[in-house]
Amino acid sequence: MNGAGLSSRIAETAARLLSEGRAEVVIGFEQGSIPMRATPCLITDPADAGRLIWNAFCSNNLARYLVPGRKSAIVAKGCDSRAIVELVKERRLKREDVVVIGVPCRGMADPSAIARRFPGICVSSVDETDGMLTLYGGPEPVSVPVSEVLHASCRLCAARNPVICDIPLGDPVVENDPGFPDVEAFAALPADERRARVEAEMSKCLRCYACRNACPLCTCESCFADSSQPQWVARGTHPEDVLAFHVMRAMHLAGRCVECGACVRACPTGVDLSIFNRRLAADVAELFGSRAGLDENAPQPLAAYSMDDSQDFILDPGRKPE
Amino acid sequence: MTDEITGRDALVRFLERLLAIPGMTVYAPVAEGDGAVFDRISSVSEALLDFPGAVRSPRHILTPMTEKLLSMGPDGRVEEAIPTPGPAVLFGVRPCDARAIAFLDRVYAGGDRTDPYYRARRDALTIVSLGCREPRPTCFCTTTGGGPLSPEGSDILLEPSGKGWSVRAVSEKGRALADATGIAVESDGGNPDAGSIGAEMTPRVDIAVLKKVLDESFDDPRWQTLTAKCLGCGACSFICPSCHCFDIVDGEEDGVTVRSRIWDTCQFKAFTKQASGHDPRPTGADRFRHRMMHKFSYCIDSYGMPGCVGCGRCVEACPVNLDIRRLMEAFGGDGLE
Repeated sequence: MNGAGLSSRIAETAARLLSEGRAEVVIGFEQGSIPMRATPCLITDPADAGRLIWNAFCSNNLARYLVPGRKSAIVAKGCDSRAIVELVKERRLKREDVVVIGVPCRGMADPSAIARRFPGICVSSVDETDGMLTLYGGPEPVSVPVSEVLHASCRLCAARNPVICDIPLGDPVVENDPGFPDVEAFAALPADERRARVEAEMSKCLRCYACRNACPLCTCESCFADSSQPQWVARGTHPEDVLAFHVMRAMHLAGRCVECGACVRACPTGVDLSIFNRRLAADVAELFGSRAGLDENAPQPLAAYSMDDSQDFILDPGRKPE
Repeated sequence: MTDEITGRDALVRFLERLLAIPGMTVYAPVAEGDGAVFDRISSVSEALLDFPGAVRSPRHILTPMTEKLLSMGPDGRVEEAIPTPGPAVLFGVRPCDARAIAFLDRVYAGGDRTDPYYRARRDALTIVSLGCREPRPTCFCTTTGGGPLSPEGSDILLEPSGKGWSVRAVSEKGRALADATGIAVESDGGNPDAGSIGAEMTPRVDIAVLKKVLDESFDDPRWQTLTAKCLGCGACSFICPSCHCFDIVDGEEDGVTVRSRIWDTCQFKAFTKQASGHDPRPTGADRFRHRMMHKFSYCIDSYGMPGCVGCGRCVEACPVNLDIRRLMEAFGGDGLE
């Protein structure tokens, strides 16, 4: 089914859920104010449901907008659904408070990747048909398949179909989990190159916390980074403080990060936080056989205990697990 | 007398001459990942002269993200860290950014108070701006009182002229710099095409009307609905060329107490939280309303111009596309004939 067909089915579904009182709010996307952007929208009146759309730019993780105790319907891609799974496990949400409108996803288009592909073109509008984007704004319209300009997180996606779903819309897509080639490639670099890469990423950080605030799993009511008594990490942009913030946040998300890439997409300066978060996801997968948000019934690895748990990373960090 | 410099090569030649001035620091756009930032260059090859997107705001050149104000050693002796920079040129900012610096001048060095840290950096800096041939989809400088060829805040404005640029000295500082480079300048200025570039920019909102409506809209219920998707991060503020709120923090470096000024933003939860625990702006809607009120009402009262120059960076940077132009239209949209 194409985007326009899905858009109208999402709108119809939203209007029905609101009219029937099954949800107080429907969380979805509407057309953004600039080319190549869709924007989150919270619909409470069935008459507004027609604003809801679906296209290749619906990249935010909408689970961020779920509020405990508010009956909500949410348009969920694979990554949004993974976040909901974790939030329910952490008792941030009650499963029965959420109606998941599941939409299979082939990955979202990255405006930066489009800019790299067509340097010099300032895109003024875009059409999408059958997975192909046509971009206007240059001397001639240009076309590119969405699959060639995906966000990095979408290229590495482990769950394109919603993991949990109450109202499935659209045809399921073939899963294509590539594992962790990015983590392996980074780990294969010499130590000084890895350090240089981390420093280069950290040097771009403004401490605006867009990464944290866009993250569906950054749910702490008060964040360690905002605490002044005690002050866990200094404010400001000294390199060691920036690194401390990002490493502490990454550790806080270990085993919980659903690898949606919302942090990377939210960053106004393009800090690639996946070098931390994906590494931790790979470690948790290797050490505990667990991947956040993929299995509704699996315990959270760092909230469960088993005699078989690997201890090597504590006792002998250099040794590979058996 | 106009020295018409043509195309990219001419900008290169201009930069070369600036770099050749003894003791001169030159800031120009340089690549950073997929983006570009203003940074010190030592050769022209480092400069990114045809970057199609918006270079990150040059605000950090005048107000560093983390700026040491003073230090105090174990003996209790306090040393102020007022900078003593040599002459510097900020090359390649757009007229909106130059206008933002004119705004920052009013904040930090206008009226009866002057910030010595800002003043020192500002006095040393000459601003060479690059007029805009074509606005980006996010540009709205004309709405906020500027324009693609606005000279406000620039010392030298390079005005698009055919395929080249004509060099216009806006200030005495600019004239002195042009003299030092040996490039002739146009003295009276005023590009006859100035009115047509960017004429189609939106929103078509009268800022005076917007201010009047905002002043009466503190309790408007639309603040809740229009800002419901805001994540409460500081991306809009920290990418803004005219946002200037800061906090002052004490830390320790090598046994010495250091007091620093760091960027802060009204969008952060902790910004107005008081020692008692009370927060006069407890919700995201309160905080976003303050951002709008500050830019389009309080700044006009305090500094005689809005705290927004319409560069459009926040429109692009906002992770959820909360577009400030939509709020301007919502509150001031009916104001223009």
